[in-house]
Amino acid sequence: MRSRIYGKLGDRAFTALLVVLGLAVMLVAVLLAWELASGGAEAFRTFGFWGFASGSAWNAVAEQFGAWPFLLGTLITSAVALALAFLPALAAAIAIAEYAPRWLAEVVAYLIDLLAALPSVVYGLWGIFVLVPLVRDRIEQPLFLWSAEHAPALMGVLGPPTGIGMLSAVLVLALMIVPYASSLARDAIHMVPRDQREAMYALGATRWEVVRRVVLPYARGGIFAGVVLALARAIGETMAVTMLIGNSGQLPYSVFGPAATMASLIANEFAEAEGGLQLSSLLAVGFLLLLLSLAVNLIADFILRRMSVGEGRK
Amino acid sequence: MKKPILTALALTLGLALAQSVTLNGAGATFPYPLYAKYFDVYHELTGVRVNYQSIGSGGGIRQLFSGTVHFGASDAPLSDAKLAEFEKKFGTPAIHVPTALGAVVPTYYLPGVTQPIRFSGSVLADIFLGKIKKWNDPALAALNPGVKLPPLPITVVRRSDGSGTTYIWTEYLAKVSPEWKAKVGVGKSVAWPTGLGGKGNEGVAGLVRQTPGAIGYNELIYALQNQIAYGAVQNRAGKFVLANLASVRAAADLADFPADTRVSITDTPAPEGYPIASFTWILVHRDLDKNRAVKSAAEAQALAALLDWIVHDGQRYNEALHYAALPEVAVRATEANLNSLRYRGQPVLPK
Amino acid sequence: MNLRRRYLRDRVMVALVYLGTALVLLPLGFILLHVFTQGIGALNWAFFTQPPAPPGEGGGGMLPAIVGTFVIDLMALAMGGVLGLGGGVLMAEYPDHPLNRPLRLVANVLGGVPAILMGLFAFVLVVEPMGGFSAFSGAVALAILMIPIIMRATEEVLRILPWELREAGLALGLPRWRVTLSLILPAARGGIVTGLLLALARAAGEAAPLLFTAFGNPFLSFDPLGPMDSLPLKIYVYAISPYEDWIRQAWGAALLLALMLMVTNYLARRALRRS
Repeated sequence: MRSRIYGKLGDRAFTALLVVLGLAVMLVAVLLAWELASGGAEAFRTFGFWGFASGSAWNAVAEQFGAWPFLLGTLITSAVALALAFLPALAAAIAIAEYAPRWLAEVVAYLIDLLAALPSVVYGLWGIFVLVPLVRDRIEQPLFLWSAEHAPALMGVLGPPTGIGMLSAVLVLALMIVPYASSLARDAIHMVPRDQREAMYALGATRWEVVRRVVLPYARGGIFAGVVLALARAIGETMAVTMLIGNSGQLPYSVFGPAATMASLIANEFAEAEGGLQLSSLLAVGFLLLLLSLAVNLIADFILRRMSVGEGRK
Repeated sequence: MKKPILTALALTLGLALAQSVTLNGAGATFPYPLYAKYFDVYHELTGVRVNYQSIGSGGGIRQLFSGTVHFGASDAPLSDAKLAEFEKKFGTPAIHVPTALGAVVPTYYLPGVTQPIRFSGSVLADIFLGKIKKWNDPALAALNPGVKLPPLPITVVRRSDGSGTTYIWTEYLAKVSPEWKAKVGVGKSVAWPTGLGGKGNEGVAGLVRQTPGAIGYNELIYALQNQIAYGAVQNRAGKFVLANLASVRAAADLADFPADTRVSITDTPAPEGYPIASFTWILVHRDLDKNRAVKSAAEAQALAALLDWIVHDGQRYNEALHYAALPEVAVRATEANLNSLRYRGQPVLPK
Repeated sequence: MNLRRRYLRDRVMVALVYLGTALVLLPLGFILLHVFTQGIGALNWAFFTQPPAPPGEGGGGMLPAIVGTFVIDLMALAMGGVLGLGGGVLMAEYPDHPLNRPLRLVANVLGGVPAILMGLFAFVLVVEPMGGFSAFSGAVALAILMIPIIMRATEEVLRILPWELREAGLALGLPRWRVTLSLILPAARGGIVTGLLLALARAAGEAAPLLFTAFGNPFLSFDPLGPMDSLPLKIYVYAISPYEDWIRQAWGAALLLALMLMVTNYLARRALRRS
């Protein structure tokens, strides 16, 4: 009798506890989306959902708010950063998983993990005091002076050579997502079965041919999913970007000039906003950011399911 | 198993330490160095801890409205509309307590230029409108005969957050430039036509210091403490005036002082006055119990005593930090306002 | 002929791969180098034992931020750990439970939410109703960040354990909950600790969720219901400031934080290897 209570009741209580905890987790996620949506409702009502997303004015004096400059800033910075980071990250993953001798692979893998663990603010700090002066003096000013002499039409596209702006933000962002993208690609490459490789080697293939014909096709799904996840990471990245991008909501953006992302806008203005429509607009931007990162994550999920060869063969 | 114990330990320790009164304030970055000094000294004197976060005037006002802080701090007085909203929301008026006078100066970083650059109001407006793009622009050169201005592009640096410093700056620009008034207007955060955004007075000063050819606007002490160059500004009488204690005090020398202390002194007519100066205020509820953050009569009394200390004894720390001390008229008006502070109907300052 | 071209191409590609790797490691190596060389000078006795000095006065230290980092992160770990473990156990041990599918989706979704939104959320949900910035609200934001990491790690390690272990326990007449608590969880201890530590390391470096929650505080505070400082927050504020002394301390804090995260990551790896 006692043992039945101990067994049945215990089991039931334990399951109930787990279910409560699971429900709490789900509640948190739902609440998060709900609070952002309801907080931003006033802005969405005033400007309309699409009107808000595509509005290009952010003016607290005139109470006009639109998220487009920040949406665009987020998309441009994260896409460019990803484009810069992709090949080096893949190269590092291939080096670790395929080419490097074991000791070297371990050292490189360890370093990359270490860098993935470095906080955003530390990248930002380094960006302000090391990268910005370097970018300004070695890249932006020479280019700017050159274009002033030879191609004045370019100057508007380049923007002011101050070091603080899009270029520096994108460079640091690329550095930040490299370790992440690389370790995801590495995981995908590790999943490629050994015998596949060995079969190719037995046929007399070179190392590159093995990579090209077996490893990359096989790990394709994982690598692409990793790329998309790295994009998601770049989209939500806040501190380092805020410290480097120059925080200007003016369109159009230039290469060196200041810009802003959705995350940097929130970091800058949320604590300072006086309330009312501005505050609601900031929460609405938060909601858009949530939607964007959700969409990107779901795409990654989809790719992983559709494109991984291993799944398809089952 | 260790985690819950640690948390419990932290909780009990926290309760033990929370016995001494802690006051939370948030707002303007403009007087932050001064307030940091005040609260450091006041903590040693009385044991009262004042946690002040310089998050910007706009934030300070919002935090006060949402009852998350004991006091807000702002470089811009509440507008009539905001005052009415406050009174409607809380059933008690907001009291403005001026604490100091400060000056906002145009800061810049021009390698190789040693003497202070002279600006006029309209030139400053044109620079911040993005119309004057180079340091060797004729308009600037005309104001600065004998100064070799470099052909550097001008990088405008302004605030990325809501700020009373911005309010003072834009209020001045709107007074001297009709175009500024029409295109940008006056506010704690405005739609800037150009420039890099820095967070807080610190952020703007940090950016100016890092960027050759940059011009920004900062509270005087941020420029002085960091040895950032700042320019002289032509006042309404036509004189080029550098911001200092004397020129700021001259600007505040008002014959008739309003009882609620809400007064603008930018573009002063005083011949020796610096034209971009302002009072900075601490804002509190008159009936302190209407503020959710004020949880006891002891806290209300501590807050009132702090404010009383600031406008009297605290003033002696102003000048060392390059904030002008309050003129006598402002202190008298404020004394009357502080005596009206109440907690559950009881006055909180001993007579 | 053809063979030579194939070998040549192989060489070139290997060289390119190593070049790419160098391209990744060089700047990152520079970051580590700078953080170390710039930071080491700021780490002195005052740095660890003093509260910050008023701006521009020089001196002072990081004591409130160091203490605050520990308090906030441990509170977050306690909250995130309970929820994450519960969810992970549910997904691994009750594979047929109807809650699992939505729960897995939610875990994936939460894992992809930008950290700054956790801060916004905690502001709306905790700071405004409770009437003040607090260490607790910061811990809530960080806990939400930790939940998906802990959940996923827990589920993975439990999945690896052989079903025979559970069957053996059940065959002995133990009820299921005893099997989970006394057999499964202890057997997976190493992996679970790893998950907890990795989540801790991830959250401990975040400043964005703390901007509108823990808020910062120049005084040493243990009060979970009041504002509290934290190293990442301090690094941000000091890094964008114009004060030489603050910038110097920002590098010091960056070095300290990096070292703390390295140790945490190292412990996490060791826990995993031991299990």
